[in-house]
Amino acid sequence: MDIRLPMAAATVDERRAVDRILGPPTTGWEGGERRRVDGHVATGGHAARARRHLLLPVLHALQDDIGGISDGALGYVCERLTIPPAEAYGVATFYGLLSVSEVSPTVIHLCDDIVCRTSGAKELFTALADAIGPEGSSDGTRTWHRSNCLGQCDAAPAAFVQEAGVGRRVVVRADLDRLAAGPIDGRDPAYAAIGDAVLTARFGAPDPADLDAYRAVGGYRGLRRALEVGPDAVIAIVEAAGLRGRGGAAFPTGRKWRAVADEEATERYVVCNADESEPGTFKDRMLMERDPFSVVEGLTIAGHATGATKGFIYVRGEYPDAEDRLRAAIAAAEAAGYLGDDVLGSGFPFRIEVRRGAGAYICGEETALFESIEGRRGEPRAKPPYPTTVGLFGRPTAVNNVETLAAAVAIVAEVPGAADTKLFCVSGDVDAAGVVEAPFGVTVRELLTVAGSSHPPQAVLFGGAAGRFLAPAEWDVPLGYGPPSPPMGSGAVVAFGPGVDMDDIVQRIAEFFRDESCGQCVPCREGTVRQDETLRRLVAGADERGLLDEIAQVMRDASICGLGQTAAEAVSSAIALGLVGGAR
Amino acid sequence: MFGAGGGTSSYEEIEHTDLIVLWGSNARAAHPIFFHHLLKGIDNGARMIAIDPRRTESAAWADLWLGLDVGTDIALANAVGREIIAAGLTDDEFIARATTGFDAYAESVEPYTLDHAADLTGVPAEAIRELAHAYAKAPTAQLCWTLGITEHHNASDNVFALIDLALLTGHVGRYGSGLVPIRGQNNVQGGGDMGALPNKLPGFQDVADDGARRRFEDAWGCAVPAEPGWHLSQMFEAMERGDLRALYVIGENPAQSEADGTRARRALDGLDHLVVQDIFFTATAELADVVLPAGAAWAESEGTVTSSERRVQRVRRVVPPPGNARDDIDILVDLARRLGHDWGQPTAEEVWDELRSLSPIHAGMSYRRLEELGGIQWPCRDEEDPGSRFLHGRLWEDPPRGPKAPFTPVEHDPPKDELTDDYPIRLTTGRHLDSYNTGVQSGRYRSPRRTGGTIDLSPEDAASMGLAAGERARVISRRGSVVAPVRIDRSLRPGLAFMAFHYPEDVDTNRLTLDEWDPKSGTAEFKATAVRIEREP
Ligand SMILES: Cc1cc2nc3c(=O)[nH]c(=O)nc-3n(C[C@H](O)[C@H](O)[C@H](O)COP(=O)(O)O)c2cc1C
Ligand code: SF4
Ligand code: FES
Repeated sequence: MDIRLPMAAATVDERRAVDRILGPPTTGWEGGERRRVDGHVATGGHAARARRHLLLPVLHALQDDIGGISDGALGYVCERLTIPPAEAYGVATFYGLLSVSEVSPTVIHLCDDIVCRTSGAKELFTALADAIGPEGSSDGTRTWHRSNCLGQCDAAPAAFVQEAGVGRRVVVRADLDRLAAGPIDGRDPAYAAIGDAVLTARFGAPDPADLDAYRAVGGYRGLRRALEVGPDAVIAIVEAAGLRGRGGAAFPTGRKWRAVADEEATERYVVCNADESEPGTFKDRMLMERDPFSVVEGLTIAGHATGATKGFIYVRGEYPDAEDRLRAAIAAAEAAGYLGDDVLGSGFPFRIEVRRGAGAYICGEETALFESIEGRRGEPRAKPPYPTTVGLFGRPTAVNNVETLAAAVAIVAEVPGAADTKLFCVSGDVDAAGVVEAPFGVTVRELLTVAGSSHPPQAVLFGGAAGRFLAPAEWDVPLGYGPPSPPMGSGAVVAFGPGVDMDDIVQRIAEFFRDESCGQCVPCREGTVRQDETLRRLVAGADERGLLDEIAQVMRDASICGLGQTAAEAVSSAIALGLVGGAR
Repeated sequence: MFGAGGGTSSYEEIEHTDLIVLWGSNARAAHPIFFHHLLKGIDNGARMIAIDPRRTESAAWADLWLGLDVGTDIALANAVGREIIAAGLTDDEFIARATTGFDAYAESVEPYTLDHAADLTGVPAEAIRELAHAYAKAPTAQLCWTLGITEHHNASDNVFALIDLALLTGHVGRYGSGLVPIRGQNNVQGGGDMGALPNKLPGFQDVADDGARRRFEDAWGCAVPAEPGWHLSQMFEAMERGDLRALYVIGENPAQSEADGTRARRALDGLDHLVVQDIFFTATAELADVVLPAGAAWAESEGTVTSSERRVQRVRRVVPPPGNARDDIDILVDLARRLGHDWGQPTAEEVWDELRSLSPIHAGMSYRRLEELGGIQWPCRDEEDPGSRFLHGRLWEDPPRGPKAPFTPVEHDPPKDELTDDYPIRLTTGRHLDSYNTGVQSGRYRSPRRTGGTIDLSPEDAASMGLAAGERARVISRRGSVVAPVRIDRSLRPGLAFMAFHYPEDVDTNRLTLDEWDPKSGTAEFKATAVRIEREP
């Protein structure tokens, strides 16, 4: 691990982008002017490396301002943070939204994942290829890439556009004109509720970042009560409500909080996992965009309950609007005393920092998320130790999903029905795709009915790419945690109408995992590739079911993290249901 | 240290210490294995302070780097000592119980105020103060050095200056606190252990010690001279005087590794008889009358090696030496027979057991135990003795066992090769990670990292000389000159240049260096040469 810098030098603009995050260099060793005294003394070491967590924000700054990360710029970053260039390069190349190979003023990421590809994305590719050239090529100002699900499946096809020096924007119901246009505002949030609206109750508010409006409809009642009753009681309330994590693993939230609270530690953290990248899932985005204070309040309650004084929200890099809303909400909360050295005069200090993801599904896995915040490649850690013992920066950490935190707020605030509600993301071949709030016990068929569907689908994927295809009989099973309900996963319900080429869809799922595997462990790195290849042969007519089963078992049994462990779920279920390979 | 030539600590201690002081050592490049242990220490939270004229790859890891002028180590160390005393940070109990000569030391360092030392070394006074306070206050500290300390005309004084600091603060003889000279080869330590020193018998027993000498004489049936022999620099002087006429070189390449190489080669050429025993056909072997090809220690020989942490480990033969090459023991025994002494055909283990019978610090290290314990650190006095993780624990006993540790006052004495208008640039030498010594062992393998022999200049000097990277420059010292391509290195400041000495075929760095050696250790002043640099047309 040597700190050998490339000879190329950073440009003035590149240095400005980096200094925007790190401040100007103070010595010649940091890339500033070489002064006489620099020849005789230098500092660095632990103090410099302690800023390693700023690596990703710095790389973002370069990508945002310049449109890519040149050798010279990377060298300057390494000099500033004393990171070996090889390692920084490893980080920069890990993330889909960072580019070291090209510097392009405009980069278009066009979703071709399972929903968008049945909603016009394929036609748009042809159009883009005609206009710009093949994927990855540039017309001088623009370049384009295919992308995995962008979390905008309710308004497919979707694109995410990075414009150097301008900003990032999302284009929904994309076509060439809308891609070329500037920011398009105002899209009506698509949501509905079966029964009481708890989590979606404020989705219609005219200005979601208006703190007074939030308070007027019961906002911050939960935090006030939490401060009154104290951490122990809050954890007891959450435990009694039976709240389980909405991020996919369904772990009891109260138990997680208690584990962190019980650790002997001088420092602990709470982290809101807002990296939502599961194909077909967009509920967290909707919550952050439409009700950002509930996320901020929820994380504050979690911090108070666990004894953390610092919270992070790790927001998916493709969610610029959600990030803006959260930042605005945090600023407003801080100004009003809901965050800061002394929250609401209770003596409890708590602050929240927003960190932006950079295009990696795996960073939604909680330990990969820690690595990412710490400025490294998003490679999951081996567990145990679990995050509640050794988490972010090595400290006990409670990671919670966005929806989990919003639900916790409602539970602590004693909102009726708070313990019995769940957000589902219904998309695909339905009339009105969107978020549907429903009590546990709802069925897939009821969710599809709310979303409107003129014809029964030929297949339904439940829980995202890591979930599975449901047999028609399962469409009527009451949904919840544990059998007979299929695993809840992210709560995504994607319907595929009769005309959809299911071979293509299932192959796309295999491709998704092949693409998103972090590559750290062999069963998943090799398994996802072999699964993709073998599935192609199966679709082409070869009987590869035995081999696919074996691959699935190896990935399930021997992968380090949930990605590898679930990478064969959807494919296996599709084969079992006869959805692929002409067996139907 | 205090008699025995070895580091006081184990590698493992640097992983658990609070402060690492790396003085005159680019261990990252020169001692990469040791540096891995050091990095673990840093990872475990240790702070590191590096003292080196260059901000080397090693220093880049440090919390604080002090870039002193070449050859001003004593001025810096004495100022650190003075500051520790002045700030009342000395370990008075330790000093009173375990040391002698404190008052004289305190008096000798009195003139070395922070400001005075800043003038002499170039290092800001505040940084010197921080080093002093950090070292004195650290619960445990490892003070490590290598050739940056020892390749000077006053090498031993440099080392004494560092030892004095450890005595002031009690940073020796405890787990995590020690003095660590790092060795450049897997078995440099072993060479010294086995008595390959002009004044020592195996096990660091002094030749002047009658009792020790008698034990060897009884065992070997011959007389052992009571006077120290010549060390390497003295041998070369004796060759020049004509007093030394025949030389037997085993596993060394002095034709290329000696300072002032032109002079060294002339001396070797003038010998009546030169025998070289080596695993490679070295430049020295090319000058020899007889070359004895030897088996490699690694994989072709049975025996032991000793690492810098005094750990004796077994090496084993896996394949026989190739061609006509023979085991070192075989060669020596055969030679003895031809010279009229029949030593039989001892195995490596038999030779080792004889050593154990004569060297008390090795007595407990049977081959069986070496194998079982994965090596043993000396001293290991009998077969119950687990060996010694660190030395001088006795200094912490009350009263301490054995002799007290003496302070040794030393004075700053600048490099002999003076900087003048004609020779304005200070050239210092060192190693690259990808190469080894004179390149005999590493030169024949390709490395993607190898930059080859270059003259490394600060960006400022290169600019003022009008030299660009890759251009050829002539480096001229008072003794000779070489031509090398220019490399621009930001770790150098104006007035300081660097060359590695790995590539004598291309760039014979040691034609430039000064053979001004330390009278106590015999080490030459490789680290401080005055040069001028000219563009080579
Ligand atoms: C590959 C992978 C991706 C994940 N992505 C997310 C995600 O985007 N959002 C999320 O909340 N949890 C995600 N998780 C689950 C998290 O690891 C973690 O269980 C969750 O954030 C805990 O919060 P909860 O208890 O509130 O659900 C993912 C897990 C895996 C294995
Ligand atoms: S299972 Fe896949 S994503 Fe998870 S650690 Fe292994 S390679 Fe990375
Ligand atoms: S946004 Fe395209 S599939 Fe979700």
